[in-house]
Amino acid sequence: MTAPRDFKYVGTRPIRHDGVDKVTGRASYGADAAWPGMLHGFVLRSPHAHARIVSIDTGAAEAVPGVHAVITGKDLPETTATIALGEAAIDLRDIGDNVLAKTKTLYHGHAVAAVAATTIDIAREAAAAIEVVYDVLEPVTGIDRALGAGAPILHPALVTKGAAGPDAGGPTNIASRMELKRGDVDAGFAEADLVVEREFRTPMVHQGYIEPHACIARCGEDGRAVVWCTTQGPFVVRDACAAIVGLDPANVKVVPSEIGGGFGGKIVVYLEPLALALARKARRPVKIVMGRDDVFRATGPTSGSKVRVKLGAKRDGTIVAASASLWYEAGAYAGSPVGAGAMCMLAAYKVPNFFIEAYDVVVNKPKVAAYRAPGSPIAAFAVESVVDEIARELKIDPIELRLMNANAEGDRAPYGPKYGPIGLAQILEAARAHPHWRAPLGANQGRGFAVGFWFNAGMNSSATVTLNSDGSAAVVTGNPDIGGTRAAQAMMAAEELGIPVERVRSNVGDTDGSGFTDVTGGSRVCYATGMAVIRAAEDAREQLRARAATIWNVSKDAVGWENGRAIPPAGTEKASPMTVAELTAKMTQTGGPIVGRASLYAPMAGPAFGAHICDLEVDPETGRSRIVRYTAFQDVGKAVHPSYVEGQMQGGVAQGIGWALNEEYIYSADGVMENAGFLDYRMPVASDLPMIETVIVEVANPLHPYGVRGVGEVPIVPPLAAVANAMRDATGIRFTELPLSPPRVLEAIEAAAAIPVEA
Amino acid sequence: MARVHLPSGLTRHTGGVETVDVEASRVPDLIAALRDRFPQIADRLEEMAVAIDGEIYADPGYQPLRADSEVHLVPRIAGG
Repeated sequence: MTAPRDFKYVGTRPIRHDGVDKVTGRASYGADAAWPGMLHGFVLRSPHAHARIVSIDTGAAEAVPGVHAVITGKDLPETTATIALGEAAIDLRDIGDNVLAKTKTLYHGHAVAAVAATTIDIAREAAAAIEVVYDVLEPVTGIDRALGAGAPILHPALVTKGAAGPDAGGPTNIASRMELKRGDVDAGFAEADLVVEREFRTPMVHQGYIEPHACIARCGEDGRAVVWCTTQGPFVVRDACAAIVGLDPANVKVVPSEIGGGFGGKIVVYLEPLALALARKARRPVKIVMGRDDVFRATGPTSGSKVRVKLGAKRDGTIVAASASLWYEAGAYAGSPVGAGAMCMLAAYKVPNFFIEAYDVVVNKPKVAAYRAPGSPIAAFAVESVVDEIARELKIDPIELRLMNANAEGDRAPYGPKYGPIGLAQILEAARAHPHWRAPLGANQGRGFAVGFWFNAGMNSSATVTLNSDGSAAVVTGNPDIGGTRAAQAMMAAEELGIPVERVRSNVGDTDGSGFTDVTGGSRVCYATGMAVIRAAEDAREQLRARAATIWNVSKDAVGWENGRAIPPAGTEKASPMTVAELTAKMTQTGGPIVGRASLYAPMAGPAFGAHICDLEVDPETGRSRIVRYTAFQDVGKAVHPSYVEGQMQGGVAQGIGWALNEEYIYSADGVMENAGFLDYRMPVASDLPMIETVIVEVANPLHPYGVRGVGEVPIVPPLAAVANAMRDATGIRFTELPLSPPRVLEAIEAAAAIPVEA
Repeated sequence: MARVHLPSGLTRHTGGVETVDVEASRVPDLIAALRDRFPQIADRLEEMAVAIDGEIYADPGYQPLRADSEVHLVPRIAGG
């Protein structure tokens, strides 16, 4: 159990270590590198959503002056290996085929060839000279078509994995099915006084990270390669590139650049294997930078979905039964986050009887990637909307209803295990007590409430803490810093060593310069890599105690440690406490350099909940809405750097609001994405949103020495439902399809107005 | 003995058995025992994360089990 502890640095708000470089433009991002002799790469992409590649003739392209290499799918070896990608094992054959199509193109924008030339204009011109003959096939543009009679089949060899349902067997677009159940669902619904059933739909949406994918790669005659790229997981890039291109991973070094957002979308490789294969063929470095249109069309958004939810409740508000079916689009290859959606959707509630089935469906759209709490926001939109309906029908306060049914420590999660300490009740109480919940609403305004859950990952982390002779320290981990983790890690090292946080330099290592570390994702870095930093600092501190023992000529066990100083045993002659700087000044005389190190595999633990209150105002004449007030409450375990915790909460809310109100992939009937740019794909900007208020609740996670839980993913889970519930409150209309864009809202308002009101 | 809870997706292959008591001191021994008892789910066992007394391990490796450990097999999760 975590003992209460007085912290000196943890919980404070120092200026982030990487901040000045970022705000002055000195920080180097993916597209900022330039190497001597560098070529520019361009990727030719399929204009068709679904087509068989009959032939590719690269002769004319190769003849263009300035072209040094052209590659197609035939230049990459077939591989059937799997690698750990993020928190799941992924089929590298699919990733390789996604990087460069081999026999079929499976979505609009699917890469079919790549060119390296002395300028980007020459590369683009040469790509246009590549002759690709396609046999165009009917695209599968959505879930209903994928599952319908006579649907085109994306992968003839695909079989449904998992808990086979009644539709198993034969060619299919259902890649997997899973189910969860507890109790007797029929009996549960029979016991209910109120049953509410709704079907919900959400469109495919993108993470919208501000920095497009970019990389530069070189490959020497000796087979040794270096890749510089913007990524959440340099070790994933190393292993995936090696397998896809056909290199020994030992010969591939990946150097992560600064990263301008990822949210899960920069775990997968897209450009890196192409740049590497081109560089190997051209014998020169190759740089490739994606345009925003390709980011939309050809990287990994998250699933479009259909979710059917039915809840049964007693008159007093007790939820007694639930059933749900979820269908998530995986995109072109198997692997949507539907399983996580199924596992999260009832995580907040004690439901004695439930049955959930979840289908992973392939469609002719880009292969989805992780997006912040993958799968959970979609499922929460459905469940939290229905819970809101129940509260309305039963005339029970929405927070009170959730408190009545809230899971607590010792209750079973819907996926089986018992919860440890969780802060769900605490955040609900905090929301109920907050002035926002009781604030008056204006005309055409409504208030919505919703909760959300995410597991939070653990996984592999490594860290070193190197002490310098002046008493300062350098931390190195393998996690690209997206959310302020360098600052948090410096604070943890400072806490353990007892030196000022400004005296700790925190660094992101490359794949040769840091111990193996899993991705920056899953809300795991401050928790798991933070634990590695704490242990590495402890290791360094123990070495300092040993050095003090050498100086004082006493046993190490007799040396104490308080407030950043080694304390001599009582009665030691001519000995007085020594600071870190005094000890490191004598490193050479006491045994040489001091490097603390730690590696660990952390369990997936510290699950967390968030609760959000949203006030929205809608213009009944245009259907346009704006968020007028928003407050997010979250159990974060322990906020190491509260400003970054608040920033994560605000960022998740902003993305969730965009998902709820405006964002959607718009496809033509033939599967062509029609809004691949920020002008037509509307994400919220700062001027669209009010200041997002945050309330940090700290229920310590017993598995972390400071009580830390993951933070970054939970806050994107509640907004979809919180916004939709606010829209219901403002308009009287229950919207079951996102986004709540002005045309959709206006149409519904006008339709509702056209219905005669009964006296 | 550790008590193992099988997910509903597997129980149709176990004759409806939802919980199994297994004598095992570490996860590999537990998985081997399950594989012996239910060979039809052997492949699926490799794909599952393992929750031991509430702590979920995507890759449980050689994690030790207590005599009264509660074990759940759960699908692996990908985070962002």
